[in-house]
Amino acid sequence: MSQPALINRYRWYELVGIYAGIFVFLSFILAPFVEGFLVSLKPLSLLFSSPYRFWPENGSFAAYKTMWVSVPGFARYIFNSFFISVIVTAVVLALVVPAAYAFARFRFRGSGALLAAFLAVNMFSGAVLLIPLFRLMRSFGVLNTYFAMIVPGVAFLIPSAIWLLRTYMMRIPRELDEAAFVDGASHFYTLRRVILPIAMPGITVVAITTFIGSYAQQFIFALTFNSKTEYMPLPVGLFAYFGRQEVVWNELMAASFVGIAPAVIVIFFLQRYLVSGLTAGAVKQ
Amino acid sequence: MSVRRSTIIFAWILLLPALLYVSVIVAYPLVDTFILSFTDASLKKTTKWVGTLNYDKIFNGTFAEVIARTFVWTFFSVSIKMGIGTFGAVMLNAAVPGRALFRVLTMPPWIVPMAIGIFMWGWMYNGQFGMISGVLQNLGLVDGPVAFLAHGSTAFWATIITDVWIGVPLVTLYLLASIQAIPQDLYEAAWTDGAGRFYRFRRITLPLLVPAMITMSMLSLIATFNSFDIIWILTQGGPNGDTTTMIIDTYRTAIGSKKYGEGAARAVVICIFLSIFCLLYFRVTHRLASGESR
Repeated sequence: MSQPALINRYRWYELVGIYAGIFVFLSFILAPFVEGFLVSLKPLSLLFSSPYRFWPENGSFAAYKTMWVSVPGFARYIFNSFFISVIVTAVVLALVVPAAYAFARFRFRGSGALLAAFLAVNMFSGAVLLIPLFRLMRSFGVLNTYFAMIVPGVAFLIPSAIWLLRTYMMRIPRELDEAAFVDGASHFYTLRRVILPIAMPGITVVAITTFIGSYAQQFIFALTFNSKTEYMPLPVGLFAYFGRQEVVWNELMAASFVGIAPAVIVIFFLQRYLVSGLTAGAVKQ
Repeated sequence: MSVRRSTIIFAWILLLPALLYVSVIVAYPLVDTFILSFTDASLKKTTKWVGTLNYDKIFNGTFAEVIARTFVWTFFSVSIKMGIGTFGAVMLNAAVPGRALFRVLTMPPWIVPMAIGIFMWGWMYNGQFGMISGVLQNLGLVDGPVAFLAHGSTAFWATIITDVWIGVPLVTLYLLASIQAIPQDLYEAAWTDGAGRFYRFRRITLPLLVPAMITMSMLSLIATFNSFDIIWILTQGGPNGDTTTMIIDTYRTAIGSKKYGEGAARAVVICIFLSIFCLLYFRVTHRLASGESR
Protein backbone atom coordinates (compact mmCIF):
# COMPACT_ATOMS: atom_id res chain seq x y z
CA MET A 1 0.00 0.00 0.00
CA SER A 2 2.14 2.86 -1.26
CA GLN A 3 -0.67 5.35 -1.71
CA PRO A 4 -2.74 6.22 1.38
CA ALA A 5 -6.49 5.84 1.08
CA LEU A 6 -8.15 8.95 -0.35
CA ILE A 7 -9.90 9.71 2.91
CA ASN A 8 -6.52 9.96 4.63
CA ARG A 9 -5.01 12.43 2.15
CA TYR A 10 -4.03 15.61 3.88
CA ARG A 11 -3.61 19.05 2.42
CA TRP A 12 -0.24 20.66 3.05
CA TYR A 13 -1.53 22.99 5.75
CA GLU A 14 -3.24 20.11 7.52
CA LEU A 15 0.04 18.21 7.52
CA VAL A 16 1.89 21.21 8.92
CA GLY A 17 -0.74 21.56 11.62
CA ILE A 18 -0.58 17.87 12.57
CA TYR A 19 3.20 17.75 12.74
CA ALA A 20 3.30 20.99 14.71
CA GLY A 21 0.75 19.55 17.14
CA ILE A 22 2.71 16.31 17.52
CA PHE A 23 5.92 18.29 18.01
CA VAL A 24 4.44 20.37 20.82
CA PHE A 25 2.92 17.28 22.46
CA LEU A 26 6.11 15.22 22.30
CA SER A 27 8.21 18.17 23.46
CA PHE A 28 6.28 18.16 26.71
CA ILE A 29 6.64 14.39 27.06
CA LEU A 30 10.33 14.21 26.19
CA ALA A 31 11.72 17.52 27.50
CA PRO A 32 12.78 16.11 30.89
CA PHE A 33 14.63 13.25 29.21
CA VAL A 34 16.43 15.51 26.74
CA GLU A 35 17.35 17.97 29.49
CA GLY A 36 18.35 15.13 31.83
CA PHE A 37 20.59 13.60 29.20
CA LEU A 38 22.28 16.91 28.38
CA VAL A 39 22.79 17.52 32.11
CA SER A 40 24.51 14.15 32.42
CA LEU A 41 27.02 15.32 29.79
CA LYS A 42 27.73 18.72 31.30
CA PRO A 43 30.64 19.25 33.67
CA LEU A 44 29.54 20.56 37.07
CA SER A 45 31.19 23.94 36.49
CA LEU A 46 28.99 24.54 33.44
CA LEU A 47 25.94 23.21 35.25
CA PHE A 48 26.33 25.60 38.14
CA SER A 49 26.80 28.73 36.11
CA SER A 50 24.40 31.34 34.88
CA PRO A 51 23.06 32.28 32.49
CA TYR A 52 21.49 28.96 31.68
CA ARG A 53 22.92 27.21 28.62
CA PHE A 54 20.99 24.40 27.01
CA TRP A 55 23.77 22.85 24.96
CA PRO A 56 26.63 21.06 26.77
CA GLU A 57 29.77 22.82 25.57
CA ASN A 58 32.81 20.60 26.12
CA GLY A 59 30.43 17.88 27.32
CA SER A 60 31.70 14.41 28.13
CA PHE A 61 30.56 11.06 29.41
CA ALA A 62 32.77 11.46 32.50
CA ALA A 63 29.78 11.38 34.87
CA TYR A 64 28.88 7.91 33.62
CA LYS A 65 32.23 6.69 34.95
CA THR A 66 32.46 8.67 38.17
CA MET A 67 28.92 7.85 39.31
CA TRP A 68 29.88 4.24 40.02
CA VAL A 69 32.26 5.59 42.67
CA SER A 70 30.05 8.40 43.99
CA VAL A 71 26.93 6.26 44.28
CA PRO A 72 28.53 3.22 45.89
CA GLY A 73 25.50 0.95 45.91
CA PHE A 74 24.47 1.70 42.34
CA ALA A 75 24.98 -1.76 40.81
CA ARG A 76 23.32 -3.27 43.84
CA TYR A 77 20.31 -0.94 43.50
CA ILE A 78 19.78 -2.01 39.90
CA PHE A 79 20.11 -5.66 40.87
CA ASN A 80 17.61 -5.13 43.71
CA SER A 81 15.12 -3.45 41.38
CA PHE A 82 15.34 -6.35 38.97
CA PHE A 83 15.26 -8.97 41.66
CA ILE A 84 12.18 -7.50 43.34
CA SER A 85 10.37 -7.09 40.01
CA VAL A 86 11.12 -10.65 38.90
CA ILE A 87 9.84 -12.18 42.14
CA VAL A 88 6.79 -9.90 42.17
CA THR A 89 5.97 -10.88 38.58
CA ALA A 90 6.33 -14.58 39.34
CA VAL A 91 4.06 -14.40 42.39
CA VAL A 92 1.46 -12.29 40.57
CA LEU A 93 1.34 -14.78 37.70
CA ALA A 94 1.01 -17.74 40.04
CA LEU A 95 -1.99 -16.10 41.73
CA VAL A 96 -3.58 -14.48 38.72
CA VAL A 97 -3.55 -17.20 36.05
CA PRO A 98 -5.96 -19.51 37.90
CA ALA A 99 -8.09 -16.62 39.15
CA ALA A 100 -8.41 -15.06 35.70
CA TYR A 101 -9.42 -18.43 34.26
CA ALA A 102 -12.09 -18.82 36.93
CA PHE A 103 -13.48 -15.36 36.18
CA ALA A 104 -13.34 -15.91 32.43
CA ARG A 105 -15.07 -19.28 32.39
CA PHE A 106 -17.28 -19.90 35.39
CA ARG A 107 -20.36 -18.00 36.43
CA PHE A 108 -21.41 -18.64 39.99
CA ARG A 109 -23.22 -16.75 42.67
CA GLY A 110 -21.17 -13.72 43.65
CA SER A 111 -18.64 -13.98 40.83
CA GLY A 112 -19.52 -10.54 39.48
CA ALA A 113 -19.31 -8.93 42.89
CA LEU A 114 -16.05 -10.70 43.58
CA LEU A 115 -14.53 -9.40 40.35
CA ALA A 116 -15.67 -5.90 41.24
CA ALA A 117 -14.09 -6.33 44.68
CA PHE A 118 -10.79 -7.27 43.09
CA LEU A 119 -10.95 -4.24 40.82
CA ALA A 120 -11.79 -2.03 43.78
CA VAL A 121 -8.35 -2.83 45.20
CA ASN A 122 -7.01 -0.61 42.43
CA MET A 123 -8.79 2.31 44.00
CA PHE A 124 -6.67 2.25 47.13
CA SER A 125 -3.04 3.06 46.77
CA GLY A 126 -0.53 1.56 49.13
CA ALA A 127 -0.15 5.00 50.68
CA VAL A 128 -3.61 4.91 52.25
CA LEU A 129 -3.01 1.52 53.88
CA LEU A 130 0.54 2.22 54.92
CA ILE A 131 0.00 2.20 58.69
CA PRO A 132 -1.62 -1.23 59.02
CA LEU A 133 0.69 -2.60 56.33
CA PHE A 134 3.64 -1.38 58.37
CA ARG A 135 2.29 -3.15 61.45
CA LEU A 136 1.54 -6.25 59.40
CA MET A 137 5.06 -6.37 57.97
CA ARG A 138 6.43 -5.89 61.47
CA SER A 139 4.39 -8.75 62.86
CA PHE A 140 5.50 -10.97 59.96
CA GLY A 141 9.03 -9.94 60.95
CA VAL A 142 9.93 -8.95 57.40
CA LEU A 143 10.70 -5.23 57.87
CA ASN A 144 14.04 -4.38 56.27
CA THR A 145 14.06 -7.41 53.99
CA TYR A 146 13.17 -7.90 50.34
CA PHE A 147 9.83 -9.37 51.44
CA ALA A 148 8.71 -6.04 52.91
CA MET A 149 8.74 -4.65 49.36
CA ILE A 150 7.63 -7.77 47.51
CA VAL A 151 4.62 -8.77 49.62
CA PRO A 152 2.67 -5.49 49.43
CA GLY A 153 3.87 -4.81 45.88
CA VAL A 154 2.21 -8.00 44.63
CA ALA A 155 -1.21 -7.17 46.09
CA PHE A 156 -1.59 -3.91 44.20
CA LEU A 157 -0.60 -5.42 40.86
CA ILE A 158 -3.10 -8.30 41.07
CA PRO A 159 -6.26 -6.41 40.00
CA SER A 160 -5.11 -5.12 36.61
CA ALA A 161 -3.40 -8.43 35.88
CA ILE A 162 -6.63 -10.34 36.55
CA TRP A 163 -8.60 -7.93 34.41
CA LEU A 164 -6.18 -8.14 31.49
CA LEU A 165 -5.83 -11.90 31.50
CA ARG A 166 -9.53 -12.48 32.00
CA THR A 167 -10.25 -10.41 28.89
CA TYR A 168 -7.73 -12.46 26.95
CA MET A 169 -9.05 -15.80 28.17
CA MET A 170 -12.64 -14.91 27.34
CA ARG A 171 -11.60 -14.82 23.69
CA ILE A 172 -10.49 -18.47 23.78
CA PRO A 173 -13.40 -20.47 22.32
CA ARG A 174 -15.41 -22.33 24.93
CA GLU A 175 -15.69 -25.32 22.58
CA LEU A 176 -12.09 -26.22 23.43
CA ASP A 177 -12.94 -26.73 27.10
CA GLU A 178 -16.09 -28.60 26.22
CA ALA A 179 -14.32 -30.92 23.79
CA ALA A 180 -11.71 -31.74 26.43
CA PHE A 181 -14.46 -32.28 28.99
CA VAL A 182 -16.35 -34.63 26.68
CA ASP A 183 -13.14 -36.60 26.19
CA GLY A 184 -13.08 -37.13 29.94
CA ALA A 185 -10.39 -34.62 30.87
CA SER A 186 -10.59 -33.20 34.37
CA HIS A 187 -10.99 -29.44 34.94
CA PHE A 188 -7.43 -29.20 36.09
CA TYR A 189 -6.10 -31.14 33.12
CA THR A 190 -8.08 -28.93 30.73
CA LEU A 191 -6.63 -25.79 32.30
CA ARG A 192 -3.07 -27.08 32.21
CA ARG A 193 -2.99 -28.80 28.84
CA VAL A 194 -5.58 -26.96 26.77
CA ILE A 195 -6.01 -23.44 28.07
CA LEU A 196 -2.54 -22.54 29.31
CA PRO A 197 -0.73 -23.21 26.01
CA ILE A 198 -3.27 -21.15 24.07
CA ALA A 199 -3.26 -18.36 26.64
CA MET A 200 0.55 -18.05 26.57
CA PRO A 201 0.63 -14.82 24.51
CA GLY A 202 -1.83 -13.22 26.93
CA ILE A 203 0.16 -14.45 29.91
CA THR A 204 3.29 -12.96 28.34
CA VAL A 205 1.63 -9.58 27.99
CA VAL A 206 0.49 -9.70 31.60
CA ALA A 207 4.00 -10.70 32.71
CA ILE A 208 5.51 -7.76 30.82
CA THR A 209 3.05 -5.18 32.11
CA THR A 210 3.37 -6.51 35.66
CA PHE A 211 7.15 -6.38 35.47
CA ILE A 212 7.10 -2.83 34.14
CA GLY A 213 4.55 -1.81 36.75
CA SER A 214 6.64 -3.26 39.50
CA TYR A 215 9.85 -1.72 38.15
CA ALA A 216 8.25 1.69 37.74
CA GLN A 217 6.45 1.89 41.05
CA GLN A 218 8.98 0.79 43.60
CA PHE A 219 8.94 3.72 45.89
CA ILE A 220 6.63 4.08 48.84
CA PHE A 221 6.95 0.56 50.26
CA ALA A 222 10.70 0.59 49.76
CA LEU A 223 10.90 4.02 51.37
CA THR A 224 8.84 3.07 54.40
CA PHE A 225 9.39 -0.64 55.05
CA ASN A 226 13.10 -0.93 54.36
CA SER A 227 15.98 1.11 55.70
CA LYS A 228 18.83 -1.20 54.75
CA THR A 229 20.96 0.19 51.93
CA GLU A 230 21.77 -3.24 50.59
CA TYR A 231 18.11 -4.02 49.83
CA MET A 232 17.11 -0.66 48.35
CA PRO A 233 15.74 -0.63 44.80
CA LEU A 234 17.03 1.99 42.40
CA PRO A 235 14.46 4.79 42.94
CA VAL A 236 14.89 4.82 46.71
CA GLY A 237 18.64 4.37 46.50
CA LEU A 238 18.88 7.41 44.23
CA PHE A 239 16.40 9.33 46.37
CA ALA A 240 18.71 9.02 49.35
CA TYR A 241 21.45 10.44 47.17
CA PHE A 242 19.11 13.12 45.78
CA GLY A 243 18.17 14.24 49.27
CA ARG A 244 21.68 15.30 50.22
CA GLN A 245 22.69 18.92 50.57
CA GLU A 246 24.92 19.10 47.55
CA VAL A 247 23.44 17.10 44.71
CA VAL A 248 25.94 16.15 42.04
CA TRP A 249 23.37 16.60 39.31
CA ASN A 250 25.32 15.32 36.34
CA GLU A 251 26.05 12.06 38.12
CA LEU A 252 22.48 11.74 39.36
CA MET A 253 21.21 12.15 35.80
CA ALA A 254 23.80 9.71 34.44
CA ALA A 255 22.71 7.18 37.06
CA SER A 256 19.07 7.80 36.20
CA PHE A 257 19.73 7.12 32.53
CA VAL A 258 21.54 3.89 33.24
CA GLY A 259 18.66 2.99 35.58
CA ILE A 260 15.95 3.58 32.98
CA ALA A 261 17.84 1.86 30.19
CA PRO A 262 16.20 -1.52 30.90
CA ALA A 263 12.74 0.02 30.68
CA VAL A 264 13.58 1.84 27.47
CA ILE A 265 14.95 -1.34 25.89
CA VAL A 266 11.76 -3.13 26.88
CA ILE A 267 9.65 -0.39 25.27
CA PHE A 268 11.42 -0.62 21.96
CA PHE A 269 11.29 -4.38 21.69
CA LEU A 270 7.92 -5.05 23.23
CA GLN A 271 5.86 -1.94 22.53
CA ARG A 272 3.50 -3.88 20.31
CA TYR A 273 2.62 -6.13 23.26
CA LEU A 274 2.36 -3.23 25.66
CA VAL A 275 -0.13 -1.35 23.53
CA SER A 276 -2.16 -4.45 22.78
CA GLY A 277 -2.12 -5.31 26.47
CA LEU A 278 -3.36 -1.91 27.42
CA THR A 279 -6.05 -1.74 24.78
CA ALA A 280 -7.33 -5.25 25.46
CA GLY A 281 -8.01 -4.28 29.04
CA ALA A 282 -9.31 -0.87 28.17
CA VAL A 283 -11.50 -0.89 25.12
CA LYS A 284 -13.11 -4.29 24.91
CA GLN A 285 -14.91 -4.00 28.20
CA MET B 1 -21.85 -34.77 43.42
CA SER B 2 -23.29 -33.04 40.41
CA VAL B 3 -21.15 -31.73 37.59
CA ARG B 4 -22.38 -28.24 38.28
CA ARG B 5 -21.32 -28.34 41.90
CA SER B 6 -17.87 -29.75 41.19
CA THR B 7 -17.38 -26.96 38.65
CA ILE B 8 -18.19 -24.33 41.22
CA ILE B 9 -15.85 -25.90 43.73
CA PHE B 10 -13.12 -25.93 41.09
CA ALA B 11 -13.71 -22.23 40.35
CA TRP B 12 -13.40 -21.39 44.04
CA ILE B 13 -10.19 -23.39 44.33
CA LEU B 14 -8.74 -21.38 41.46
CA LEU B 15 -9.79 -18.11 43.05
CA LEU B 16 -8.76 -18.92 46.58
CA PRO B 17 -5.02 -18.08 46.48
CA ALA B 18 -5.53 -14.61 44.96
CA LEU B 19 -8.50 -13.98 47.21
CA LEU B 20 -6.63 -14.92 50.37
CA TYR B 21 -3.66 -12.81 49.35
CA VAL B 22 -5.70 -9.70 48.70
CA SER B 23 -7.72 -10.26 51.89
CA VAL B 24 -4.60 -10.33 54.04
CA ILE B 25 -2.71 -7.51 52.32
CA VAL B 26 -5.57 -5.16 51.40
CA ALA B 27 -8.87 -6.03 53.09
CA TYR B 28 -7.47 -6.69 56.56
CA PRO B 29 -5.41 -3.46 56.58
CA LEU B 30 -8.53 -1.58 55.53
CA VAL B 31 -10.39 -2.90 58.56
CA ASP B 32 -7.36 -2.36 60.77
CA THR B 33 -7.13 1.29 59.65
CA PHE B 34 -10.70 1.80 60.73
CA ILE B 35 -10.09 0.22 64.15
CA LEU B 36 -6.82 2.07 64.68
CA SER B 37 -8.48 5.39 63.98
CA PHE B 38 -10.34 5.10 67.30
CA THR B 39 -7.17 4.45 69.32
CA ASP B 40 -4.10 6.38 70.33
CA ALA B 41 -1.78 3.84 68.69
CA SER B 42 1.82 4.99 68.41
CA LEU B 43 5.24 3.54 69.11
CA LYS B 44 4.22 2.97 72.74
CA LYS B 45 3.64 -0.60 73.86
CA THR B 46 0.09 0.01 75.05
CA THR B 47 -2.83 1.33 73.06
CA LYS B 48 -6.12 2.55 74.41
CA TRP B 49 -9.45 3.53 72.95
CA VAL B 50 -9.97 7.22 72.57
CA GLY B 51 -13.36 7.24 70.89
CA THR B 52 -13.68 9.89 68.23
CA LEU B 53 -10.85 12.03 69.62
CA ASN B 54 -8.73 11.62 66.49
CA TYR B 55 -11.58 12.76 64.30
CA ASP B 56 -12.27 15.74 66.57
CA LYS B 57 -8.62 16.71 66.28
CA ILE B 58 -8.70 16.44 62.51
CA PHE B 59 -11.69 18.65 62.02
CA ASN B 60 -10.57 21.23 64.53
CA GLY B 61 -7.20 21.47 62.84
CA THR B 62 -6.07 22.37 59.37
CA PHE B 63 -7.38 19.20 57.80
CA ALA B 64 -10.37 20.87 56.17
CA GLU B 65 -7.90 23.11 54.37
CA VAL B 66 -5.88 20.05 53.33
CA ILE B 67 -9.02 18.39 51.94
CA ALA B 68 -9.89 21.50 49.95
CA ARG B 69 -6.34 21.73 48.62
CA THR B 70 -6.39 18.05 47.62
CA PHE B 71 -9.55 18.58 45.63
CA VAL B 72 -8.23 21.67 43.86
CA TRP B 73 -4.92 19.93 43.11
CA THR B 74 -6.70 16.82 41.82
CA PHE B 75 -9.20 18.82 39.78
CA PHE B 76 -6.54 20.77 37.90
CA SER B 77 -4.31 17.77 37.43
CA VAL B 78 -7.08 15.58 36.00
CA SER B 79 -8.46 18.34 33.75
CA ILE B 80 -5.06 19.16 32.28
CA LYS B 81 -4.26 15.46 31.84
CA MET B 82 -7.51 14.91 29.98
CA GLY B 83 -6.98 18.02 27.84
CA ILE B 84 -3.42 17.18 26.81
CA GLY B 85 -4.24 13.48 26.52
CA THR B 86 -7.17 14.10 24.18
CA PHE B 87 -5.09 16.48 22.10
CA GLY B 88 -2.27 13.92 21.90
CA ALA B 89 -4.62 11.06 21.00
CA VAL B 90 -6.23 13.03 18.17
CA MET B 91 -2.83 14.11 16.81
CA LEU B 92 -1.36 10.61 17.03
CA ASN B 93 -4.40 9.17 15.30
CA ALA B 94 -3.62 11.10 12.12
CA ALA B 95 -2.43 8.80 9.34
CA VAL B 96 0.88 10.55 8.75
CA PRO B 97 4.33 9.03 8.20
CA GLY B 98 6.18 8.38 11.46
CA ARG B 99 3.11 7.84 13.61
CA ALA B 100 4.28 4.44 14.88
CA LEU B 101 7.43 6.09 16.21
CA PHE B 102 5.47 8.98 17.74
CA ARG B 103 3.32 6.50 19.64
CA VAL B 104 6.37 4.79 21.10
CA LEU B 105 7.82 8.16 22.09
CA THR B 106 4.66 8.88 24.11
CA MET B 107 5.33 6.04 26.52
CA PRO B 108 8.50 6.87 28.50
CA PRO B 109 7.00 8.89 31.39
CA TRP B 110 4.62 6.01 32.09
CA ILE B 111 7.17 3.20 31.71
CA VAL B 112 10.34 4.46 33.39
CA PRO B 113 10.56 4.33 37.18
CA MET B 114 8.38 7.18 38.36
CA ALA B 115 10.89 8.47 40.86
CA ILE B 116 13.52 8.94 38.18
CA GLY B 117 11.25 11.04 35.99
CA ILE B 118 10.50 13.13 39.06
CA PHE B 119 14.23 13.68 39.75
CA MET B 120 14.52 15.14 36.26
CA TRP B 121 11.67 17.53 36.94
CA GLY B 122 13.30 18.41 40.24
CA TRP B 123 16.33 19.60 38.31
CA MET B 124 14.25 21.50 35.74
CA TYR B 125 12.49 23.39 38.52
CA ASN B 126 15.81 24.32 40.15
CA GLY B 127 15.86 28.07 40.66
CA GLN B 128 19.48 29.00 40.14
CA PHE B 129 20.41 26.70 37.30
CA GLY B 130 17.31 24.85 36.17
CA MET B 131 16.04 24.72 32.61
CA ILE B 132 12.61 26.28 33.05
CA SER B 133 13.84 29.26 35.02
CA GLY B 134 16.76 29.63 32.59
CA VAL B 135 14.63 29.51 29.46
CA LEU B 136 12.09 31.94 30.90
CA GLN B 137 14.93 34.35 31.73
CA ASN B 138 16.45 34.02 28.27
CA LEU B 139 13.06 34.79 26.77
CA GLY B 140 12.82 37.79 29.07
CA LEU B 141 9.59 36.55 30.65
CA VAL B 142 10.96 36.74 34.18
CA ASP B 143 13.55 39.08 35.62
CA GLY B 144 15.60 36.89 37.90
CA PRO B 145 15.85 33.21 38.70
CA VAL B 146 12.61 31.59 39.89
CA ALA B 147 12.94 28.78 42.42
CA PHE B 148 9.70 27.04 41.53
CA LEU B 149 9.69 24.63 44.44
CA ALA B 150 10.52 27.25 47.07
CA HIS B 151 7.31 29.29 46.82
CA GLY B 152 3.87 28.01 47.67
CA SER B 153 1.94 28.92 44.55
CA THR B 154 4.63 27.91 42.05
CA ALA B 155 5.32 24.66 43.93
CA PHE B 156 1.61 23.87 43.81
CA TRP B 157 1.56 24.19 40.02
CA ALA B 158 4.95 22.56 39.58
CA THR B 159 3.75 19.39 41.33
CA ILE B 160 0.57 19.43 39.22
CA ILE B 161 2.56 19.71 35.97
CA THR B 162 4.77 16.78 36.95
CA ASP B 163 1.71 14.72 37.87
CA VAL B 164 0.16 15.58 34.52
CA TRP B 165 3.36 14.54 32.75
CA ILE B 166 3.31 11.13 34.40
CA GLY B 167 -0.40 10.60 33.73
CA VAL B 168 -0.63 11.83 30.13
CA PRO B 169 0.80 8.75 28.35
CA LEU B 170 -1.84 6.41 29.75
CA VAL B 171 -4.67 8.85 28.96
CA THR B 172 -3.33 9.40 25.45
CA LEU B 173 -2.87 5.73 24.60
CA TYR B 174 -6.23 4.78 26.09
CA LEU B 175 -8.08 7.46 24.14
CA LEU B 176 -6.10 6.66 21.00
CA ALA B 177 -7.18 3.03 21.28
CA SER B 178 -10.77 4.18 21.76
CA ILE B 179 -10.62 6.42 18.69
CA GLN B 180 -9.30 3.52 16.66
CA ALA B 181 -12.14 1.32 17.86
CA ILE B 182 -14.63 3.67 16.17
CA PRO B 183 -15.88 1.85 13.03
CA GLN B 184 -14.13 3.16 9.94
CA ASP B 185 -17.29 2.96 7.80
CA LEU B 186 -18.82 5.85 9.73
CA TYR B 187 -16.02 8.09 8.50
CA GLU B 188 -16.22 6.73 4.99
CA ALA B 189 -19.97 7.25 4.81
CA ALA B 190 -19.62 10.84 6.02
CA TRP B 191 -16.72 11.40 3.65
CA THR B 192 -18.75 10.12 0.72
CA ASP B 193 -21.43 12.60 1.66
CA GLY B 194 -18.85 15.36 1.45
CA ALA B 195 -18.21 15.93 5.16
CA GLY B 196 -14.87 17.65 5.77
CA ARG B 197 -12.22 16.42 8.19
CA PHE B 198 -13.09 18.84 10.95
CA TYR B 199 -16.79 18.14 10.58
CA ARG B 200 -16.13 14.40 10.81
CA PHE B 201 -14.04 14.98 13.92
CA ARG B 202 -16.72 17.09 15.58
CA ARG B 203 -19.71 14.95 14.65
CA ILE B 204 -18.23 11.42 14.76
CA THR B 205 -14.99 11.22 16.76
CA LEU B 206 -15.88 13.52 19.64
CA PRO B 207 -19.36 12.16 20.46
CA LEU B 208 -18.18 8.56 20.24
CA LEU B 209 -15.14 9.35 22.36
CA VAL B 210 -17.15 10.80 25.24
CA PRO B 211 -17.75 7.47 27.06
CA ALA B 212 -14.03 6.65 26.98
CA MET B 213 -13.23 10.17 28.20
CA ILE B 214 -15.63 9.80 31.11
CA THR B 215 -14.22 6.39 32.06
CA MET B 216 -10.67 7.66 31.82
CA SER B 217 -11.29 10.80 33.85
CA MET B 218 -12.84 8.71 36.61
CA LEU B 219 -9.84 6.35 36.66
CA SER B 220 -7.53 9.32 36.50
CA LEU B 221 -9.37 11.01 39.35
CA ILE B 222 -8.82 8.01 41.60
CA ALA B 223 -5.15 7.65 40.67
CA THR B 224 -4.48 11.37 41.08
CA PHE B 225 -6.21 11.51 44.44
CA ASN B 226 -3.78 8.81 45.59
CA SER B 227 -0.72 10.56 44.18
CA PHE B 228 2.17 10.40 46.63
CA ASP B 229 5.59 9.98 45.02
CA ILE B 230 5.59 13.22 43.03
CA ILE B 231 4.86 15.59 45.87
CA TRP B 232 6.98 13.66 48.33
CA ILE B 233 10.07 13.73 46.12
CA LEU B 234 9.67 17.31 44.90
CA THR B 235 8.54 19.18 48.01
CA GLN B 236 7.60 16.71 50.79
CA GLY B 237 4.43 18.77 51.13
CA GLY B 238 6.20 22.11 51.57
CA PRO B 239 6.82 25.01 51.43
CA ASN B 240 4.70 25.81 54.48
CA GLY B 241 2.38 22.93 53.66
CA ASP B 242 1.29 24.50 50.39
CA THR B 243 1.55 21.20 48.53
CA THR B 244 0.33 19.03 51.40
CA THR B 245 -2.46 16.84 50.07
CA MET B 246 -4.39 14.34 52.19
CA ILE B 247 -2.05 11.48 51.32
CA ILE B 248 1.03 13.55 52.20
CA ASP B 249 -0.55 14.75 55.44
CA THR B 250 -1.42 11.18 56.40
CA TYR B 251 2.09 9.98 55.64
CA ARG B 252 3.64 12.76 57.71
CA THR B 253 1.37 12.12 60.68
CA ALA B 254 1.62 8.35 60.62
CA ILE B 255 5.12 7.59 59.40
CA GLY B 256 6.87 10.88 60.14
CA SER B 257 5.46 11.58 63.62
CA LYS B 258 4.55 7.93 64.36
CA LYS B 259 1.03 8.91 65.42
CA TYR B 260 -0.63 5.83 63.97
CA GLY B 261 -4.06 6.54 65.44
CA GLU B 262 -4.28 10.08 64.10
CA GLY B 263 -2.85 8.97 60.77
CA ALA B 264 -5.42 6.18 60.54
CA ALA B 265 -8.28 8.62 61.09
CA ARG B 266 -6.96 10.65 58.15
CA ALA B 267 -6.66 7.49 56.05
CA VAL B 268 -10.28 6.64 56.87
CA VAL B 269 -11.39 10.02 55.53
CA ILE B 270 -9.40 9.36 52.34
CA CYS B 271 -11.00 5.91 52.05
CA ILE B 272 -14.46 7.42 52.34
CA PHE B 273 -13.75 9.78 49.46
CA LEU B 274 -12.20 6.97 47.42
CA SER B 275 -15.21 4.73 48.01
CA ILE B 276 -17.50 7.47 46.76
CA PHE B 277 -15.38 7.87 43.62
CA CYS B 278 -15.29 4.11 43.21
CA LEU B 279 -19.07 3.77 43.44
CA LEU B 280 -19.47 6.64 41.04
CA TYR B 281 -17.08 4.94 38.66
CA PHE B 282 -18.95 1.62 38.70
CA ARG B 283 -22.22 3.47 38.29
CA VAL B 284 -21.04 5.50 35.34
CA THR B 285 -19.29 2.64 33.51
CA HIS B 286 -22.29 0.42 34.10
CA ARG B 287 -24.61 3.02 32.64
CA LEU B 288 -22.28 3.59 29.69
CA ALA B 289 -22.11 -0.15 29.02
CA SER B 290 -25.89 -0.60 29.12
CA GLY B 291 -26.31 2.52 26.99
CA GLU B 292 -24.08 0.99 24.33
CA SER B 293 -25.99 -2.26 24.07
CA ARG B 294 -29.32 -0.49 23.68
